[in-house]
Amino acid sequence: MRKKDFDVIIVGAGPAGLAAGYVLAKAKVNVAIIERGTFPGSKNVMGGIFYRKALDDLIPEFYKEAPLERHIIEQKMWFISEDSVFSTGIKSEKFNKEPYNCFSVFRAKFDKWFAQKVQEAGALIINETVVKDPIIENGKVVGIRTDRPDGDLYCDCVIAADGVNSFLAKSLGLREKITPNKVAVAVKEIIGLPENVINDRFGVSSDSDGVTIEITGPYFEGMESMGFIYTNKNSLSIGVGTIIEDLIEHKVNPNDLIEKFKTHPAIAPLIAGGETKEYLAHMIPEGGYYTVPKLYTDGLMVAGDAAMLVNSVHREGSNLAIESGKLAARTYLEAKDKNDFSAKALSAYQAKMEESFVLKDLKMYRNLPHLLEEKRYLLTKYPQLIIDSMYSIYNVDGVSKPDKIKNIKDKVKKEFGYWNLAKDMFTLWRKLG
Amino acid sequence: MHSLVFIKQVPDAAQVRVDYETGTLIREGVPAIINPFDTHAIEAAVQIKDKFGGSVSVLCMGPPMADEALKKALAMGADNVFLLSDRVFAGSDTLATSYALWAGAQKVIQEVGPVDIFWAGKQAIDGDTAQTGPGIATRFDVPLVTYAVEIKEVDPSAKKIQIVRLLEGGTETVEVPMPCMITTEETLNHIRFAPLPYLIKAAKTPVVLLNSSNTTIDASQCGLKNSPTKVKKAFTPPKRERGEMIEGSLDEIISVVYEKIEPMLKQLGRV
Amino acid sequence: MIKQDITQYKNVWVFIEHNDGKIERVSLELLSKGAELAKDLNCEVCAFTVGDKVEQFAKEVGEYGAKKFYIIENPVLKEYRTEPWRDSIVYLIDKYKPEVALIGATTLGRDLAGTVATKLSAGLTADTTALDVDPSNKNLLMTRPTFGGNLMATIFCPDNRPQMSTVRPGVFKAVKNPTTPEVIKDKYEITEDQIVKKIIEKVQTGEEKVNLSFYEVIVSGGKGIGKKENLKLLEDLANALGGTWAVSRKVVQAGWAPQSRQVGQTGQTVHPKIYIAAGISGAVQHVAGMKSSDIIIAINTDPQAPIFEVATYGIVGDCLQILPKMTEMFKQKLVK
Repeated sequence: MRKKDFDVIIVGAGPAGLAAGYVLAKAKVNVAIIERGTFPGSKNVMGGIFYRKALDDLIPEFYKEAPLERHIIEQKMWFISEDSVFSTGIKSEKFNKEPYNCFSVFRAKFDKWFAQKVQEAGALIINETVVKDPIIENGKVVGIRTDRPDGDLYCDCVIAADGVNSFLAKSLGLREKITPNKVAVAVKEIIGLPENVINDRFGVSSDSDGVTIEITGPYFEGMESMGFIYTNKNSLSIGVGTIIEDLIEHKVNPNDLIEKFKTHPAIAPLIAGGETKEYLAHMIPEGGYYTVPKLYTDGLMVAGDAAMLVNSVHREGSNLAIESGKLAARTYLEAKDKNDFSAKALSAYQAKMEESFVLKDLKMYRNLPHLLEEKRYLLTKYPQLIIDSMYSIYNVDGVSKPDKIKNIKDKVKKEFGYWNLAKDMFTLWRKLG
Repeated sequence: MHSLVFIKQVPDAAQVRVDYETGTLIREGVPAIINPFDTHAIEAAVQIKDKFGGSVSVLCMGPPMADEALKKALAMGADNVFLLSDRVFAGSDTLATSYALWAGAQKVIQEVGPVDIFWAGKQAIDGDTAQTGPGIATRFDVPLVTYAVEIKEVDPSAKKIQIVRLLEGGTETVEVPMPCMITTEETLNHIRFAPLPYLIKAAKTPVVLLNSSNTTIDASQCGLKNSPTKVKKAFTPPKRERGEMIEGSLDEIISVVYEKIEPMLKQLGRV
Repeated sequence: MIKQDITQYKNVWVFIEHNDGKIERVSLELLSKGAELAKDLNCEVCAFTVGDKVEQFAKEVGEYGAKKFYIIENPVLKEYRTEPWRDSIVYLIDKYKPEVALIGATTLGRDLAGTVATKLSAGLTADTTALDVDPSNKNLLMTRPTFGGNLMATIFCPDNRPQMSTVRPGVFKAVKNPTTPEVIKDKYEITEDQIVKKIIEKVQTGEEKVNLSFYEVIVSGGKGIGKKENLKLLEDLANALGGTWAVSRKVVQAGWAPQSRQVGQTGQTVHPKIYIAAGISGAVQHVAGMKSSDIIIAINTDPQAPIFEVATYGIVGDCLQILPKMTEMFKQKLVK
């Protein structure tokens, strides 16, 4: 009977890995998390908005002690063109009450705190170590090989939470190579501003109330880009994520893109006088439901970005990761009872995921990536139409309102055709849920 | 053989920026690291343990966050790590620091056992004094070997060790009995990529906290008040500005250069 | 802390470091500076040292102004070893009570000073680059670099004596001020079998381990020197100037020179009087290791090279042409 070093080895100490580690440690499982960064969070980047619910289920009222920036009370959506912004959104006092909906966070700080909790629960976290290969015996994953001398570890089960570029998922044939149309690169800057300046500019009364703005539109010249601005305590996180294929086709450097973004007439005043404190960049899964790999095999489950679990429509990723980590851990606990870690036993993970909001949400938007690829103009022409129409309606220039409406209708007819407009609306209606 | 390595957690001095307006250093965002020279001391101690058996203890005096440095020391192969942290040390100069470390080390000896080799990096990259290692050696009354670049021979039974030291224009090999204190140069060794078992052990090993309540430290020898040297002021050196560009033909350039440096060469006795 | 009666302490003492019958220049520099300080402090500058035959140095220390020369001669003190030198010097200082003791910040000095100061519970300031006397209370003010030279600190030592300082070579000028010193020869009984440290051997400049900070002129080369063979150009110029050669990290990484010759954040930090940077771009990590040099002369074909931002004199040109020409010219003008 070959000795094992741990019951479970988790690869990657991001939200998925840490959540799995937490559940397992609390259940007194002998678990180790192998992280390639100097500390958990050092290699993690996301836009910066963290949803309470998934982690609250694991660590009740975590938000009372975790390092968080502001709780978000207003979420805005902007369509921008070169000179205009159409803005919508929701601000609510309901968001301003505990237990709060979501928070702006700094991953390096937050993950470090989360990792501390996981260690306190009893999990071992090994940093600065890269997992290079799975160890496979008789077709089963029985451990992992790291880049360190004497670096092989054996276990009952591996949870691969090694991020968007997951080497493990690829090497086990669970998923294919990511193509440039399935993944985005996001570039982000942290711009320092005094708290009261942020409060004034974003219309909040205290430095714990926050605002988010998601931004898309013809400004991005037909590329599938999403910009964002989030308020932290005394800085703003501002960034742009773009599908890599678009960047290649349009020959755009993401750094140039964010520089241009910062000069937009609606954005520049928000960041004026600020000092750039940090640059970050990362790849973000964008392929959605159809790019989610097989989530399990003999002796291994896949969680988090490694399973491409990002819902970019709703800007959710870390909560999906946490949920998936949680479910993978629970699947292990069930498998342990029967001492069976075969694919058959671990397939329960897939079932759990399909029952949860994770795959249900992704499934709902499964056709969106393809739709956007086919009809890029959805991000340019329609937003432009809305901007132009709103401008026209609000512009008192002597033209009568009926004439204005007629002009809009004519424009629609000319540029889209009523039939196409109806078709597109119907397609969207059908393809989304 | 039991080695005790003294380490310090320092800001990465190469990343520290100067605020010429306020005349202070910008330490925000500068990562804290183990003093690089100390890492070579830890490595040397671990290599000796690997060869001859025994254990490696590491003692660090610093604020609570210095426990990260000790965790790194564990990951490099240390067995027992101790953090000496107490407000009473605040403002200590090198004399008060060597006292505190000497006193803290007594506790390590009590817990782990007598020490054969004391180690320290040759100097810390923030203070740059190179005084603390020699100070500790003096307090322990053990022979001091500074600027070590090679551990030549270790004889555990005869309790002797031969060390090569770096001098100006050459090296010197000395032999001392153990226990002794060695301060290390960076060229002493290469930091190995630690084997995974070290990291696993490190993740399981706690940092032992020492302070004035669980050691025999005499507060009247610690801290700013009891440090013979005091800082009158701290200021930033003048910023180095872009100098003079020398142009012309090859011969002209060289003549001008010579002209410019001749006074200095005279001062050096080269003319 | 031990309370001392500091009024008992008088005079400025300067440690005379010697090797193979020759006094290290830094000691003479410190005698000159010591004389200045002694004037401000209304006392005398004295020299002190230990060794086997050191009385012979009396004449030379007198030439640089020492009024008294305190010595201990003992055959076991012939070669420098920390413990016996420390103990004999502590004996002298304890007995004669100088208010200031200056030691050159050489390898020996830095090895010795910390142990002496600890024994005496004295305040020691390392690597001082400026020494002054505070007019209000006559305390010595010692200024030194920290954080690799990014921050300077001025230190004083109000309650402990002697006020000790190690001083970098080349900071002060050695100025002759002839006088005839009184030689005060004392005894410190110690025998060889009481000394545990043995010197096995001493080797002169092995290429593997060279101490660049010892040299006051450094000719340094970067990737711009092109190939390993061109290191000779650096060496030739260095020899003509009486200094040594060094390299940047890229050259070490290319395998053209050993790491012991590297100047920079991961190499050695140097502060020579003259630093010639040939074919070095001036990356932050390299500059960190040499920016407190007195005169920096940069030679680079790229006028935008960052090295020009810190150089005292900049030359846009090909170092492969400039270096040999410099060597030729300097060889004629300088002493061998």
